[in-house]
Amino acid sequence: MAANEVLLNVVDLVKHFPIMKGVLIQKQVGAVHAVDGVSFDIVKGETLGLVGESGCGKSTTGRAILQLHRPTSGSVFYEGKDLVKLKGENLRKTRRRMQMIFQDPYASLNPRMTVGQIITEPMLIHDMTTQKDTQGHAERLLKLVGLNPAYTSRYPHEFSGGQRQRIGIARALALEPALIVCDEPISALDVSIQAQVVNLLEDLQAKLGLTYLFIAHDLSMVRHISDRVAVMYLGIIVELTTRDELYSHALHPYTQALLSAVPIPDPAIEANRKRIILTGDVPSPVNPPSGCRFRTRCPIAAEICKQKKPEFREVTPGHWVACHMV
Amino acid sequence: MSELLSVQGLETQFRTREGIVHAVNGVSFGLKEGETLGIVGESGCGKSVTVMSMLRLIPSPPGKVSAGKALFQGKDLLKMSDDEIRHIRGSQISMVFQDPMTSFNPVLTIGRQVSEPLEVHMGMNRKQADDRVVEMLTKVGIPNPRDRLNDYPHQFSGGMRQRVMIAMALVCTPQILIADEPTTALDVTIQAQIVELAKRIRDDLGMAIIWITHDLGVIAGLADRLAVMYGGYIIETAPIRDVYAHPSHPYTLGLLGSLPRMDESGQRRLVSIDGLPPVLLEKPNFCPFAPRCKYVVEHCWKENPPLMQISPDHTAACWVNPETGRER
Repeated sequence: MAANEVLLNVVDLVKHFPIMKGVLIQKQVGAVHAVDGVSFDIVKGETLGLVGESGCGKSTTGRAILQLHRPTSGSVFYEGKDLVKLKGENLRKTRRRMQMIFQDPYASLNPRMTVGQIITEPMLIHDMTTQKDTQGHAERLLKLVGLNPAYTSRYPHEFSGGQRQRIGIARALALEPALIVCDEPISALDVSIQAQVVNLLEDLQAKLGLTYLFIAHDLSMVRHISDRVAVMYLGIIVELTTRDELYSHALHPYTQALLSAVPIPDPAIEANRKRIILTGDVPSPVNPPSGCRFRTRCPIAAEICKQKKPEFREVTPGHWVACHMV
Repeated sequence: MSELLSVQGLETQFRTREGIVHAVNGVSFGLKEGETLGIVGESGCGKSVTVMSMLRLIPSPPGKVSAGKALFQGKDLLKMSDDEIRHIRGSQISMVFQDPMTSFNPVLTIGRQVSEPLEVHMGMNRKQADDRVVEMLTKVGIPNPRDRLNDYPHQFSGGMRQRVMIAMALVCTPQILIADEPTTALDVTIQAQIVELAKRIRDDLGMAIIWITHDLGVIAGLADRLAVMYGGYIIETAPIRDVYAHPSHPYTLGLLGSLPRMDESGQRRLVSIDGLPPVLLEKPNFCPFAPRCKYVVEHCWKENPPLMQISPDHTAACWVNPETGRER
C-alpha cells in the first residue's frame, strides 16, 4: 500500500432536501438538513467506519459521495477530480471506480433479471466486455464471492438473504472499483449470516486491495471491520479517529453515550456495567438546535454550547472532535 | 419460587402452498414467578410462534397447534374456552410487540388504547381508567402524561411509542409480560433506555418476563435463564451465565463466535456458521443443525438428539460434547 495516499477527500459536504408546499405553485418552506458540512479523507486500502443512529445522515453522506444525491454544496475529490463539478459522460466514467453495496438485498436486485445479467450489466454499460464474454465473467465473479458459478441463470428470488448480498457484492466488484461504499450491508441479515458476509468483505479487501466506506449503526461490527471510525450526529461528524483510540478514549459525550449503550454479550460484564443513558430523542433535522447540535441531550452542556457551533478540531494527532467541553 | 407457567411438548404447524411447515416441534420450558426467561434464535426458528401458540394468537387456518400443554397456574391455556383465554390475555399475561409503528391503531388516541384493557378486564369507568393510565405513563417515563392522553400514535417517536406499548401491557399488572423483540426496531441509545426501563419495572412490580430476541448482547444483562432455539426446537437451556461461559451446543457456540464484541480489541476473524437455516417443510429424523455443524458425527444423522442433562440446571440437545469433540 502506498503510504497514506488519499483516495477520497470530502470537503464540507452539504445536502439539504427541500420541503415544498403548494399544489400548483410549489414554494420551498424549509429544508431537511440531512448532511450539514462533513469533511474527511479516506486513505487507499483502509476501511473508514461511519456510524450513527437512524436519521443522522450517514446514508445520505454515502450517496452524496457517489453523486446519487447531488450535494447542495461542498466538494468530493476522487483520484484528483471533483465529482461535484463533473457531469454526464465524465461523471459516469470516473464513478466506475467507486461502487456501492446496499442495505436491503431483497430490494436492490431486479427480480426479472438473472443473476448473470445483474452482475454483468455494469460491465456491458462501461464497454468492459462483450455480450459473448459475459458468461465467463459472471462465473468468475460468482466464484470470487463464494457462490456456485453454475447459478448464473437463476433469479434473485431463488437465493437467501446472505446469498443475495453476495450477488450485490459481485455486482459491485464487476467494474473493478477502488472504493466501495457499503451502506449497512449486513443489518438485514441474521446473526450467523452476518459473520459470513463480513468475513467475505475482509477477504476481498485483502485480495483486491479495496478501500471501504463502511456505513453502519452496529458499533461492535464497526469496531471489528474499521481502521478509523467517524461518528455522525444529526448531519455532522462529531468525532473521527482511529478505531482503538475511539473505543478506548472517546472524547465526545455523544460517542461516550453511544459506546456505553452497546450491550456486550457477556452476563458477567453486563451485571457491573454503568451506562450513560441519554434522555429524549434525536431532534428533527428540519430545525436543528442552535450552536452544538447535541446540546439538547448532552449531559455536560453549558451556555456556550447554545450560542456557538463547536469547531471540528484535531485534539491529538489524528483525533478530531467537535465539542466545546473537550 | 413456584412454577408460574409450564409449557410441555408444544407443536405448531402451518399449512402453506409448498406443504406443511413445522414451525414448533415439541417445545417445553418452565417459567418461575419473577423470573426473566430469554428465548434466543434467528428469524424463522419458531421463537415468536412458540409464545403466540401458547396465547392462542395463531390464526387458524393456516396455523394449528397440534400437541402440547401450556399450564398457567395449573390450567391449560390451550384447552380453555375463548372467553377464559380472553380474560387472561391482556390482564394476567400481556404482550409487547416488535414494531411500535404498526402495533397501535392509528385512528384512536393513546389514552383510549392504553385504557381499553382496564375497561375490559377491570370494569373501570373512563375517569378511573384515565387516572390509572396517567400513573402508568408516568412510570414508563412519558413527560406530561395527562396532556398526551388525547394524542395519536403518530405524534410519538419510536422510543416513546414503545414506552406507551409497555405501559399498555402493564396497566392490569400482569403476572407475565411477553416481549417479542421489543428493541429490534430501535436505535442503540433508545434500546438502552427501554432495557433499563424493563429492568426497573420488573424490580418494581415483580412480574415474570419472557424476552424474545435474536441479540445475544441485549439479553446478557437482562435474563436469568436462556433458551436457545433452532429449527423449531429448543436446543439449549441454562442459567444465563452458564450459556455464555460453557455453551454446550455447537449452534450456541457458533452464535457467540459470530458476534464481534465491543470490548475486544484484537482483529479476530469472526467464526461464521456455514450454510443456511433449515427449511421446515419436513420434520427431520436427524439433528436439524447437523448440515451446518462442525462437530457432526454418524449418530447425528441417525437420530435427532433430545435435550440432555449436562449439569443440574443445564440441558443441551447434542450427541457431541463440543468441549472435547467426542460423543457424550
